[in-house]
Amino acid sequence: MIQNTRYKIQDTKYIALTGGAAAAEALRQINPDVMPVYPITPQTPIIETYAKMVADGKADTEMIEVESEHSAMSATVGASAAGARAMTASSSQGILLMSEILPIASGTRLPILMLASARALSAPISIHGDHQDMMFVRDAGWIQIFSENAQEVYDNVFIALKLAEAVRLPAMVIMDGFTTSHSVENLETLEDNIARNFAGDYQPKDYLLNFEDPKTFGPVGLQNSYFEFKRSQIEATNEVIKKLAGINQDYGKISGRKYDLVEKYKLDDAEKAIVVAGSTAGTVKTAVDELREKGEKVGLLKIKLFRPFPYEQIGEALKNVKNIAVLERTASFGSNPPIYSEVIQGLYTMREMKHSVQSYIFGLGGREIFKEDIKKVFGQDFDGKEVRYIGLK
Amino acid sequence: MNTNLAKYLAPGHSTCAGCGIPAIVRTVLEATKDPVIVVNVTGCLEVTSTLYPYSAWKVPYIHSAFENGGATAAGVAGTIKAFRRRNKIPAGKKIQVVVFAGDGGTYDIGLQSLSGALERQHDFLYVCYDNEAYMNTGGQRSGATPYGADTETTPSGKQSFGKREKRKDLMSIVVAHHLKYAAQANVAYLPDLKKKAEKAFEMEGPRFLLVLQPCTNLWKYATSEYVNIGKLATETNFWPLWEYLDGKYKINWATEKPKPIEEFLKTQGRFKHLFKPGNEHVIAEMQKEVDENWRRLMNLAEVD
Repeated sequence: MIQNTRYKIQDTKYIALTGGAAAAEALRQINPDVMPVYPITPQTPIIETYAKMVADGKADTEMIEVESEHSAMSATVGASAAGARAMTASSSQGILLMSEILPIASGTRLPILMLASARALSAPISIHGDHQDMMFVRDAGWIQIFSENAQEVYDNVFIALKLAEAVRLPAMVIMDGFTTSHSVENLETLEDNIARNFAGDYQPKDYLLNFEDPKTFGPVGLQNSYFEFKRSQIEATNEVIKKLAGINQDYGKISGRKYDLVEKYKLDDAEKAIVVAGSTAGTVKTAVDELREKGEKVGLLKIKLFRPFPYEQIGEALKNVKNIAVLERTASFGSNPPIYSEVIQGLYTMREMKHSVQSYIFGLGGREIFKEDIKKVFGQDFDGKEVRYIGLK
Repeated sequence: MNTNLAKYLAPGHSTCAGCGIPAIVRTVLEATKDPVIVVNVTGCLEVTSTLYPYSAWKVPYIHSAFENGGATAAGVAGTIKAFRRRNKIPAGKKIQVVVFAGDGGTYDIGLQSLSGALERQHDFLYVCYDNEAYMNTGGQRSGATPYGADTETTPSGKQSFGKREKRKDLMSIVVAHHLKYAAQANVAYLPDLKKKAEKAFEMEGPRFLLVLQPCTNLWKYATSEYVNIGKLATETNFWPLWEYLDGKYKINWATEKPKPIEEFLKTQGRFKHLFKPGNEHVIAEMQKEVDENWRRLMNLAEVD
């Protein structure tokens, strides 16, 4: 139970919240119609905090405390198809148990929002943070947005909600398990009325509760139609990148925080850059600052939108950086780590592969990574010959 | 055809000749005047009624997956509850959420989802059409398949008399969830099914109907025998008609002299092997099970 960790700092717009509580605060302001939920560490604080908000009358969402994550996603699909603004939250094994229903949510074009507290996968079992669960479901047809800290978690809930509803696809807002979900940070929240205006009312296109125009959801699609369904889903997913730019702009106007598809940090004149997603971007920024003071031309490219992957923007952002290290909290058995592969594809869109790109794996099962580790990486040659490990004993 | 019957499920679906599933759906849906949302799980009904770009459904319909009928209905029922609270649905307007699922989707792969939805007391009616095996995939054994039945995965042979285990007692499992109403029905007794559906639609909370659906294809009999075989299931006490309401059990059909189980078994190819020498003990065991189940039911119930 962490909802009591909320307190206001005097005379500022800032409040101190964990990433999980920041997500719950955004949910309170949106006040979705239905939330089927099931506990799993390190996601549980989100649903506990939200359940208490509902219990205290601060929101009136219909909470459905289901008996598994499979049912959580199934009930969320049922609710969304019925016409509700429907959301859930999960992590790790829970997301894998949902994984059968994830492509049903996207294939049915339901704009469900899921808060994901990214965590390692069994076996061996570990409740701690890494990105293996997120990578496991990367082809499920969901929008996936990584967050660096509690502020981004809060902001991404609003951005992802509007994005999902604009393209009629489900979206995951990802925070790093424990590192972000359980750490208290200062963040700036929106006034309730501003947040609610931004979220607006949800107007589904087709929905079960429309008895005037009854629709069949989830039909059989055989050889004469299935392919076209998937093609139109691919096109809808490609729309995300265009739509996100506009939504980021709108959100910037109400929040003062202007986000881009990718975040470049001291990258423009960098000779060496690290590419990373999630909370580690913060550690890299500190390392970059300190190395810059010593005159080293280093920078960071932070991955925010991971699905769909913004190849062009990534290629463009890195085009002048000769030496690139891609750091990932995941393993891709029998293959190169996924973000590394994607970055290389992004660079290839530039049609001039003059870069050295090195893959690093770090932080599996919640293994800590420190500023000094990042500095060491910047000190190495990025020859890209084989995958390297950070912090491995 | 009677156009009134096609009000919710249109003709032109592609169920097998003689299949009783459409009759079950129509009889149940005809039993209410309230607007209905149908939740369907993967199976015979789903694949034969929603072949894109066609749909036989004239009511809002959702199919999501095989094992999630209960949870999908929970999401729909939860939305209705939320919309009532937010005045998006007028007070007093009753909306029915009805799940149709086969025995595979109910006894086996969907049992957890059903159990969760019953325990949480969502406002929905769950109808299981029980054809006693995975018929949509060609007839493999399920938890509903009777002892002794020959199926694709429990074939009879020199070393096998078919399925070795007894049917799961699903009705007891359902009743153990403290719901208000559960009933066992049979497609060969449509007026009884309709009465039970009407009763169920009058109530709130979770309600459950288990309807026997003799599969013309994979029980292996001539389609013209459909109703007769359904009747024999009840006349032999293999499939008694009964209901549970507020803690009370009631038997809806009984006879002084139930027919021996052979009368039911001998009509179907799936039990043909039981009449070969050496398998007498299987039939004797089935008769014993039928008698025991009936005695247990008699002890619980009053007769209608």
